Amino acid sequence: MAQLNAQLFPPGQYPVVVVGSGPGGLQLSYYLQRIGLEHATISADPGPGGMFRRYPLFQRLNTWSKPYADADRGTRPYEWYDWNGLVADEPELRSLVSQMMEGISYFPSRAEMEKGLVAFAERARVRVRYGCRWGSTRRDGDGFVLGTSDGEYRCRVAVFAVGMAEPWKPSIPGMEDVPHYVDTKPAKAYAGKRVFLIGKRNSGFEIADALLPWARQIILGSPRPPVLTVLTGGGVRAKYLVPYEDHVLGGGVFVLEAAIERVDRTREGWRVVTSETAGGAREFVVDDVIACTGFTTPLGDLPDLGVATFMQGRLPRMSPFWESTAVPGIYFSGTITQGAFGLRKHGGSGNSAAVGGFRHNAKVLAEHLAGKFGITVPRTTLKPEEVIPYLLSEATHAPELLNQKAYLARVVSFYKSRGITDEGILPLGYFVDEPGPDAIAMSVETDEHGHHHPAAYVRREGHVSEHALPPNALLNFEGMPYQQQLAGALSGLV
Amino acid sequence: MRNRDADDIVDILAGLALFADLTRPQLQAVAHTFDEEWFTEGQRILRQGFTGSNFYVILEGEAAVRINGETRATLARGDFFGEVSVLLGEPPTADVVALRPLRCVALAGVETEPFLIAYPHVMYRILQAQARRLRNANLWRS
Repeated sequence: MAQLNAQLFPPGQYPVVVVGSGPGGLQLSYYLQRIGLEHATISADPGPGGMFRRYPLFQRLNTWSKPYADADRGTRPYEWYDWNGLVADEPELRSLVSQMMEGISYFPSRAEMEKGLVAFAERARVRVRYGCRWGSTRRDGDGFVLGTSDGEYRCRVAVFAVGMAEPWKPSIPGMEDVPHYVDTKPAKAYAGKRVFLIGKRNSGFEIADALLPWARQIILGSPRPPVLTVLTGGGVRAKYLVPYEDHVLGGGVFVLEAAIERVDRTREGWRVVTSETAGGAREFVVDDVIACTGFTTPLGDLPDLGVATFMQGRLPRMSPFWESTAVPGIYFSGTITQGAFGLRKHGGSGNSAAVGGFRHNAKVLAEHLAGKFGITVPRTTLKPEEVIPYLLSEATHAPELLNQKAYLARVVSFYKSRGITDEGILPLGYFVDEPGPDAIAMSVETDEHGHHHPAAYVRREGHVSEHALPPNALLNFEGMPYQQQLAGALSGLV
Repeated sequence: MRNRDADDIVDILAGLALFADLTRPQLQAVAHTFDEEWFTEGQRILRQGFTGSNFYVILEGEAAVRINGETRATLARGDFFGEVSVLLGEPPTADVVALRPLRCVALAGVETEPFLIAYPHVMYRILQAQARRLRNANLWRS
């Protein structure tokens, strides 16, 4: 590897440098390679996989890859049923994670996920200079210089796909001594113990689920009630809900709405001082405390360069194309793209935190960067009679639209000179807010009742109007009523 | 930038009239319930005629309320918007556009009703603000 590495992407000048070899870096690098945009991908890790080389802690993901689904493996529609595999244009590179699975669960194990990512990097020939750690960043004319353990890389565009897996804890007195999620011991070590978990998101419930057979008592505490995917479409995944059911049935798991005021180390264990949201204070004397308080992005010196952040510095602020709003030329890929919220319809902001969502962002980003470097991505044209069936097929089958609801859209433009052109997949927020030719953006959305439905955004003479199509119980949006409604929305354009 | 970013949202919320009646633990729950969001100058937050909008409270910055492109009002720290659309279940009748970098906290439309029921003092403050807006509109008409 070291010898191979020495030949790969030596320090120097590149149009684009990608930092990271997790799914966000690999997916972007794959598409940049397909487009023919020269770039160097570097990574501090010794091999591909990113956070999946270590996490999730209890070794099983909470997102599905269904070995058997209502689409054939290796096809584009199948990618909707495999939220963990990287996406590709070549059938043989698709759904590699599900190929690694042993059939025990439709949630892949961490090892299966890592194997799938390694297989993708190898078979797609995604080249990465491993063991090369990015350490500093400075401006250089209209570009940047990235200082690394191997030397300096100069580039016009730098893309950071460095994940969001650095432990983060809020500033609560005593919190500095509390072990973080990443420091959790094997579940067996909590046998017969009382354990207080600070936080009620996926990582808190993941640990609670793992400790159920071992811990004497489990308490999950944080100020707000848990948000459950089964109720709201986002939040704690169903896979981790057994502790919540235990709480509802009064079985010994407690889920509390309380602000954590202080955590004290005692001779025997810990004391957690809380103020309940409904009023009143309470102290808990427990054997162990674990901070399931989330993660932050290892942005290094980017804030010093001017990259603006939010959420207490945990994520960069970015444009619909995932470019820093404060430092043009700095882009992000992978789970960091969750910092770009899109239209936030009904509070949703796509699925960019997870591989299933951000893998599609990476293709959009690659095509966007190609445009910046003067590379034209080939676009197909459509006959008028093809437009409606094509858009409805996309609403029914396109993984980009299903994974990234109300966030990514299939865009078709109606040029007077060039005819009807498929513009590919674009961020919906970009489409509705930026000027452009007469066009339609087709997305899939979830309404306030939790029903999935297609939505068409039609731009005529610069004005964009929304046309929500009705839900369908079987998620088939291709029938005659849909064709008629979409034809109405596109009246005069096709 | 880092220092400003590290401002505790709870402290900011504590200084806004909308949340003035809440206890510290309740403010913490509010900070965990709403999502922080930043908008760049010129960016639309509410879009006239689009479904699925949310309830926003401004933490810093300024925004314009525009109907068919015409500015009708300016909003600043402590102001909130989107509640009419959320309460009526109808698309907004105006755009809200950031006039400079705008920092908000946002609550999904579907979460607003349970939130207001859980925090009646916030609901009362919203009613007061709406009453003032109605009074001012009537004064203007007369």
